Amino acid sequence: MSSSDLALSVYGLSKAYTIAHNTVERHVTLAEAVLHRLRRPFHRADTETFWALKDVSFDIKKGEVVGIIGRNGAGKSTLLKTLSRITEPTAGEINLYGRVGSLLEVGTGFHPELTGRENILLNGAILGMTKAEVRKQFDAIVDFAGVEQFLDTPVKRYSSGMYVRLAFAVAAHLESEILIVDEVLAVGDAEFQKKCLGKMKEVATGGKTVLLVSHDQRSIADTCRKTLMLRSGRIEMIGTPAEVFKHYASVARPERRTGVTYGRNLGNDAEICDPVMGSATYFSDEPIQILFSVLKKKQQPRTLNAIAEIVNASGQIVTVVTSLQCSVIIENGLQRMRFIVRSPRLRSGRYSINLALEEPETLDRIDDALRFEILPPRDRAHGGFRLLHDGSIVHADADCEIAAA
Amino acid sequence: MSDAQTLTAPEPRALSADHGARPAPPYDTDAPALSVPAPKPLLTIRPRSGWSALNLRELWQFRDLLLSFASRDLKLRYKQTALGVIWVVLQPLMAAGVFSFVFGKVAKMPSDGVPYFAFSFAGMLGWNLFSNIVTKTSGCLLGNQQLISKVFFPRLVLPLSNVPSALVDFAIALAMMGVLLVTYRILPGWGLLLLPVWMALIVALAVGVGLISSALSVSYRDVQYILPVALQILLYASPIAYGVSAVPQRWRNIYFANPLSGLLEAFRWSLLDRGQPSPASIAYAAAATVGLLLLGAFSFKRMERRFADVI
Repeated sequence: MSSSDLALSVYGLSKAYTIAHNTVERHVTLAEAVLHRLRRPFHRADTETFWALKDVSFDIKKGEVVGIIGRNGAGKSTLLKTLSRITEPTAGEINLYGRVGSLLEVGTGFHPELTGRENILLNGAILGMTKAEVRKQFDAIVDFAGVEQFLDTPVKRYSSGMYVRLAFAVAAHLESEILIVDEVLAVGDAEFQKKCLGKMKEVATGGKTVLLVSHDQRSIADTCRKTLMLRSGRIEMIGTPAEVFKHYASVARPERRTGVTYGRNLGNDAEICDPVMGSATYFSDEPIQILFSVLKKKQQPRTLNAIAEIVNASGQIVTVVTSLQCSVIIENGLQRMRFIVRSPRLRSGRYSINLALEEPETLDRIDDALRFEILPPRDRAHGGFRLLHDGSIVHADADCEIAAA
Repeated sequence: MSDAQTLTAPEPRALSADHGARPAPPYDTDAPALSVPAPKPLLTIRPRSGWSALNLRELWQFRDLLLSFASRDLKLRYKQTALGVIWVVLQPLMAAGVFSFVFGKVAKMPSDGVPYFAFSFAGMLGWNLFSNIVTKTSGCLLGNQQLISKVFFPRLVLPLSNVPSALVDFAIALAMMGVLLVTYRILPGWGLLLLPVWMALIVALAVGVGLISSALSVSYRDVQYILPVALQILLYASPIAYGVSAVPQRWRNIYFANPLSGLLEAFRWSLLDRGQPSPASIAYAAAATVGLLLLGAFSFKRMERRFADVI
């Protein structure tokens, strides 16, 4: 790598926030602050330093599209905010080899009373474009957003779809070399999201560098060649989207219970225990077996429903099996259950299973409880099953039975 | 295989090593060419501390944003009002009317030999320029929290963008003043030529005060409660409803400690050729104005790096 290819480099970037422990120590009013200083002139408030980012270092080359993932609080937004100069780092250094345009929120600075035309000019200026640049891009922006007829209508009369389209369109036409985008693709309808992703790709092929935060694994996998995962303010991993998401799926869910657990005491009225796969690998035409126990502690008026969700490698739920769907009543006490998904029709690849008990409130839930792999078809001629990759959830042809414990 | 967990063996690529101050990017599998000198970055972001330069060049690059904010202000100001832009004239007229009644008719304050209405209107003109800018700039950061936490631009743009719209209001009211001068057959002297100077000083003073209070208001919301009271006091502590001639001689020194006193008296002298702005009071007011403007700008700059985190 020649260093002249660099779009940006980050060395030892850290950002600390100070959290005050005692509410008295946080002076909300000037008088409090003054009084406090007078009373205890040399006292330092009891505070804790929270490192939103800690010693983050990475380089990004020109023309790269980089996805940033990490669960809430991992430091994604703080990273983007320091890169786009909204907030200052506590330590470290960022070198930017091009103009940065950032879109951390769709429609920031849009004013409801102003017309579409006025908002394009205003928002362009807010995002850092000069008047001349906005003028030059004006038609392209209007065209992209598809709001020609409503240009002179105040945006408060726009539908939410139109509003979002217009806001994104302005940002997408930023003429900066580095584009930073935070989670904004989560808005708008599917068609528009596709259009936005297409625009991002187009921007990148034009030699621009794009940093993209998203929870949507598919949009990152589709758009980015490189993915960076943050965890507790540090870089956990940098690699291809597939590699990083695999790792993400295995570590990034401490907020929910993950994996096999025994002897828990959750105080809930029902629990899932001992989940096991019938086999770790299946062929696509083989029935999949999921076994687990349900411990139901007391009689409830409503029927308890056991649910297994099959999740593909990009985090989409592709199949759902429920005990209610199979008319199985879960009795009190400990019972061994077996789900048999007869024709899963899954493409080869890795899958995980989430298990849950609902009545209809969720009584227990284990994400990533089990994993299995669908092997490639044994012979091509036999692979005539339907592929399910459009994101829809399918209630599979499945059986549920009470197995011998 | 009964234990599905074996499929999820931890990735060996996960990074855990602590980085030194300037590590080579740990993922970089290409041959590192560290001997090649890096090109100069367009911008380097580092933590700053203490006082820093104002970076007027960057501010200039964002002049279009400043004008956009200003025109947004103007466009929005009188939307959904029945009288619209007439309010710009009506507000100081009404205020001068109240002053004429209370101070002119009831309290019989001296007006240096000109009709009291024109006298107080001239005072209100300068005062409104000052108080409009102070009020708007000090509230502008809290009023644009969303922008501050989501978009980068030189933060000084926000308070400064209030100046153009205040100047537009001032220009309209100034035209009204012209009408009054003609109506009352008052002829301003050569002092009229100095009016832009007083105007510029009043604006600078207002911006200085506004910058300090807006930066403080980010951490301390008290500012928004103190400010209206302080302005109210200042309104009566400055020569608006009365002339400096009405202030007893022994109080003059204290009276002119308020830089607005010298500026407003000079401002009215330019318009009406009445009053006694002393060169000393004007020199002091000008110095205080420049001092407050610089203090405001630098302390704003110093506090601005916490805005996005605190607001």
